[in-house]
Formats: sequence, structure tokens, C-alpha cells
Amino acid sequence: MILRRLGLGALGLAVVLAVALAAGPQAGILVAIGIGYGLVLEGLRFGFAGPWRLMIVERDARGLLAQLLAIALVAAAAFPLLAANPLELAPAQAPIGTGMILGAFIFGAAMQVVMGCGSGTLVNAGSGNTIGAVALVGFVGGAFLGTLNAGFWASLGQLPLISAQSVAGPNGGLWLTLAGLAVVAGFLIWRAAPGKRRPPARLFVAAALLASLAVLNLVVAGQPWGIVYGLGLWGAKLATAFGADLSATGFWANPVNAARLDQSILTDVTSLTDIGLILGAFLVMRGKRDPGAPPAPLAPLGWLLVLIAGLVLGYSSRMAFGCNVGAFFSGISTGSAHGWVWFAAAFAGSALGLKLRPFVLIPARRQGVAA
Amino acid sequence: MTRPRVALLAIAAIATLVVWDAAATGLPEPFRFPAAIALGSGAAPSGAHCTAN
Repeated sequence: MILRRLGLGALGLAVVLAVALAAGPQAGILVAIGIGYGLVLEGLRFGFAGPWRLMIVERDARGLLAQLLAIALVAAAAFPLLAANPLELAPAQAPIGTGMILGAFIFGAAMQVVMGCGSGTLVNAGSGNTIGAVALVGFVGGAFLGTLNAGFWASLGQLPLISAQSVAGPNGGLWLTLAGLAVVAGFLIWRAAPGKRRPPARLFVAAALLASLAVLNLVVAGQPWGIVYGLGLWGAKLATAFGADLSATGFWANPVNAARLDQSILTDVTSLTDIGLILGAFLVMRGKRDPGAPPAPLAPLGWLLVLIAGLVLGYSSRMAFGCNVGAFFSGISTGSAHGWVWFAAAFAGSALGLKLRPFVLIPARRQGVAA
Repeated sequence: MTRPRVALLAIAAIATLVVWDAAATGLPEPFRFPAAIALGSGAAPSGAHCTAN
């Protein structure tokens, strides 16, 4: 087992070095950070969709409180960094709008249906969860399709960009964000069932590690941790390979996005951490004595619905200006008001998604299909 | 299908995408690599993020 783990560590290091040689030291570091995300999320079982489900179904606030702690830790470092280096570092801020709110609600529902959010879908795929792997295929397609309609959803109406910094300044914005997180945490603790209020030590460690990696992500990439942009880019690359001309679309005609499309995936900071995250989850799964049983097989209709739910997950994440990572985690921790609205809308959507889940994850035997 | 097999398939698919893409678009010029760390580099971030349209 020790030899196997050493081998897995060497594999991770080899990938980091190969990427650094091919695309530069920044690319290598970002893959390493991504591997770190995967190790923490899968190794310490730190998730987003699961804890939201536990809060809704069992009034278990522990996982969600750990998420808020991680966000607060990132904010404490990110606000001063962003204020001191406005030309080199950018926050994850987006406007609040009708399409954005609708997208967050739908994303919240879809992530409960496929049992994985933006990061969760990558972790699930990397750790060999078949539902996650199928959902990831849909996610890539949906995140790409969402870019094609980005202008339409924005045209439904949106507010000017609002951030904690624009409301209260850099220092005041940090305190405002921390106060907001404390208020939500207090509410969750009040609503939680007895014995389900204090996160276990594992989640405190995970929150601290995840926050450290997210701050490192900001410092190395110049922008906060994200997931969706990379997946949409992968979809766009595949679409162009099949002959699609994206130069006339508003999103891909934008010089920033056109440059990403014209250059290697290894030049896109989000793709690099996405790839690392999947690899990190794989390393954890292979490093276990028992990788665990695969999820129960679904009926053919169930697999099709998972693929569609993944598509919806990706599409809605573009409508919402990000997923649980780009909008919720990185948005709130770098001052975006849209992150808070995303949180409320996606949480409401999660309640709906939990009711829909049994209609999507149809077990094979219910249709008489041999497992 | 076992977990390791599913995971290997997922990783193989992504590796294929990366290699195919590198063959199609080319790798960045070594002398034009971005700075290893954005902070202190003097360069603006790319702006390619989930929150940007």
C-alpha cells in the first residue's frame, strides 16, 4: 500500500512537471493546486451539494458551516490582496440579474439530481463514480451551450455590478462579508438539529486547506478559483473540431475568450485546476485500500436523464455567472453581491432538486434491466 | 464497471482532449510563458473566468 501511494504521488508529480515543461511554470503550479483541491475534497470528504442536502433533509449544518468558514478564511486574505494589487489580481464579481437568479435556482436543483455540483462533478468523475462521469459529459456540453445564449440571459435585465467593496470600501467590505457569513452561520446553528451544529475536526482541517489553496490560486493565476469556464472552453474546442464557427457568437468573439479558444487548453488557468482536481480525486481513490463499490446501475432512461441533468447543470452555471465555486465560494470571498444571491437561489433550487432526484436516478431493476 | 476503470476512462478522455488540442493549436512558446506567479508580475489577469461574459 505504501509503495502504491508513493507511485501515485510520483504520478501526480510527473503530470505537474510535464505540464510545467509544456506550458510553463504557472501552468504546472496551477495543476498542482488543482490536485490539492482534489486531495482535500475527496480525501477529507469536503463537499458542497451533500452538505446542502443534509441541511435541508436532516437539519445537519456541519458541512455547510465548514463551507462558510472556508469562504471567510479566503475573504480575510483575498480582500487585502485585491485592494493592494488591483492591476494584477481580479475578483470573481458579476451582476445580479433575472437570468442569473433563474440560473442559480436551476443549478441548485440539478446539482442535487446528479449528486454533484461544479467541483463535485469533477471529484465524482475522478474518483470513478459513473453518475459523475456521465454528468461531466453533459456539463461540458451545457457549459458550452450556455455561452451561446449568454447575451440573451443578460438582456432579461440585470443590476449594475454591486460588490462589498463598492458598498463599504476594501476594509469595510471585508467586515461586511464576514458579518454576512456570521449571520448566516448563526441562522444555520439556530435551525440545526441538536448534535449537528459543530463540524468535526476533519472539516475544520479541510476548510483551512481549501482556503489556503484558493488564496494560492488567486495569487498564482491572478483570479479566483473557478470551474465552469474551463468546461465551457472544452465544449467550444470540441464544437470547433466538428466544424462550428464560433467567431460570430458574442461570447467567443470577445477577444479574451477568442484568445483562449485559439490557444492550448494548457494556457487556460481554470482548465488547469479542473484537470488537477480530477487527477487529485483519482489519486485519493486509487490510494485507498478499497476504492469502494460503484454506484448502483441505473436504467437506460436514468442514464439519459443524468446526461440531460449534467447538460442543465452546465447551461445554468453560465446563466448564473458561475457554479458553487466561481459564484458562491469565490464570489462571496472576493466581495461579489451576486455570490450571496446565487447562494439563496441555489439553496432554494436544491430543495426542489431533492424532490426530483428519485425521478431521475431510476435504478436498473425498476425497469427490469439486469444490473 | 469498477470505480478505477470509470476514473481511468474519464482521465483518458481528458488526456486525449489535451493532447489533440495541443496538436491542433500548438503549445505556448517557452520564451512567452506567463510569469510563474501573477502577483508581482505586473501583468493583468486574463479575465477568462466563470463570472465574466
